[in-house]
Amino acid sequence: MIRVVLPFHLRNLARVEGEVDLEVSSPVTIRSVLDALEAKYPVLCGTMRDHGTLKRRPFVRFFACKEDLSLEPQETPLPEAVRNGAEPFLIVGAMAGG
Amino acid sequence: MSKVRVLVGTKKGAFILTADGQRQNWEISGPHFAGWELYHLKGSPVDPNRIYASQSSGWFGQLIQRSDDGGKTWNPPGTKLEELMGPDGMPKGGTSNMFAYEGEVGTHKWYDGTQHPWEFKRVWHIEPSLTDPDTAYAGVEDAAIFKTTDGGKTWKELAGLRGAKGHLWQPGAGGMAVHTIIIDPKNPKRIYIAISAAGAFRTEDGGLTWKPINRGLKSQYELPDADAEVGHCVHRIALHPSRPEVLFMQKHWDIMRSDNAGDQWSEVSGNLPTDFGFPIDVHFHEPETIYVVPITSDSLHYPPDGKLRVYRSKTGGNEWEALTKGLPQKDCYVNVLRDAMAVDSLDDCGIYFGTTGGQVYCSPDGGDTWQAIAEHLPAVLSVEVQTLKS
Repeated sequence: MIRVVLPFHLRNLARVEGEVDLEVSSPVTIRSVLDALEAKYPVLCGTMRDHGTLKRRPFVRFFACKEDLSLEPQETPLPEAVRNGAEPFLIVGAMAGG
Repeated sequence: MSKVRVLVGTKKGAFILTADGQRQNWEISGPHFAGWELYHLKGSPVDPNRIYASQSSGWFGQLIQRSDDGGKTWNPPGTKLEELMGPDGMPKGGTSNMFAYEGEVGTHKWYDGTQHPWEFKRVWHIEPSLTDPDTAYAGVEDAAIFKTTDGGKTWKELAGLRGAKGHLWQPGAGGMAVHTIIIDPKNPKRIYIAISAAGAFRTEDGGLTWKPINRGLKSQYELPDADAEVGHCVHRIALHPSRPEVLFMQKHWDIMRSDNAGDQWSEVSGNLPTDFGFPIDVHFHEPETIYVVPITSDSLHYPPDGKLRVYRSKTGGNEWEALTKGLPQKDCYVNVLRDAMAVDSLDDCGIYFGTTGGQVYCSPDGGDTWQAIAEHLPAVLSVEVQTLKS
């Protein structure tokens, strides 16, 4: 089971509280987690990555195990601690100054 | 007894204001979609409980929301799992927020004069059909118009608009968006739209083909050719349903009028203290009575002399009177944006507008007197009114 933490506004959109648990078949990558998340919560389509190109939206960040994975290719396998559910995969709204 | 429902889009959510036909005592619900920008909400004229809303954010992009119960509950159309099962039994992604330009994306003029590809940013305006609650048009940035015929689940571009010299359009400081969509109530194949900073356009075939309708507009301070066919910064167009060939326009500078569906425009700024501004609207029962909110200048986006004044012309322009009773007449430095004025259909006609300072004002008597019906909202982006039978 993959644990995902959504930012406040996406939790509201998906109408969930706390973490989201996902069944993700191997290989567990950034892309496969996002695919599973959008399949379970279609309202999130287009909010984390663009329709069509599937490019990450500029102010959405992906963190796991204290690492920023936002710039990694989406096919990158996620760390073992995320794959075994010990650590969550974090989807974060980037900080905005001002 | 009638009642009114005012749909207010703000920088940080949507608010719904309701009152009976007296329009004296108001209830406010919201914020709906708290923390998101609500560029526009508008109800279907044939089913007032059907309301479309444009919800967006710099972080998470665009969403379309729809209410089928007058704004009590909302859902992005077509994102419930049961609506989305594909033939393999697996859910497919929601597409109610998918605004994909048709065919070759193409390019438009960029700030440095080079050509730049069209990029979808957000929906500025949603115009529901006058006859079918499942049909609506969306005006978007970068400038294009989309249409849904399934209640907002999917949107398809009417790409002929960008064929109307789109390569010459150039964004202004506020972006390049279709912000005005008006369906001719006597001829639904005829639609008017306006774009900052490209101008006004008209279709006669339901959106397949479009032509610029900017003859008579003069932009001597903004364009090298003051009479150019496209490139004018049109801020808003309005018409009266009984005479849809008569159009009124608030341009960047200048109040304009056309008596032939936009084929030719003439200036009717008359005695206004300044003819810069954003919204313009028409009295529901008096086709020659129009309203604007003069703003100091393109450099100073607040009312002249710190006095918030709506100006009314009962002669279709040229002769204007200041309406001040109930509006702040000192130290007021708010703006009124282009989609933030509306009228109801009661008798007396109610006039409404919202400010960037978070006030929403209502005049229940055609502009003679005003009261703030909400005072501390986030900056108001849009105001629409529904007149309801209770």
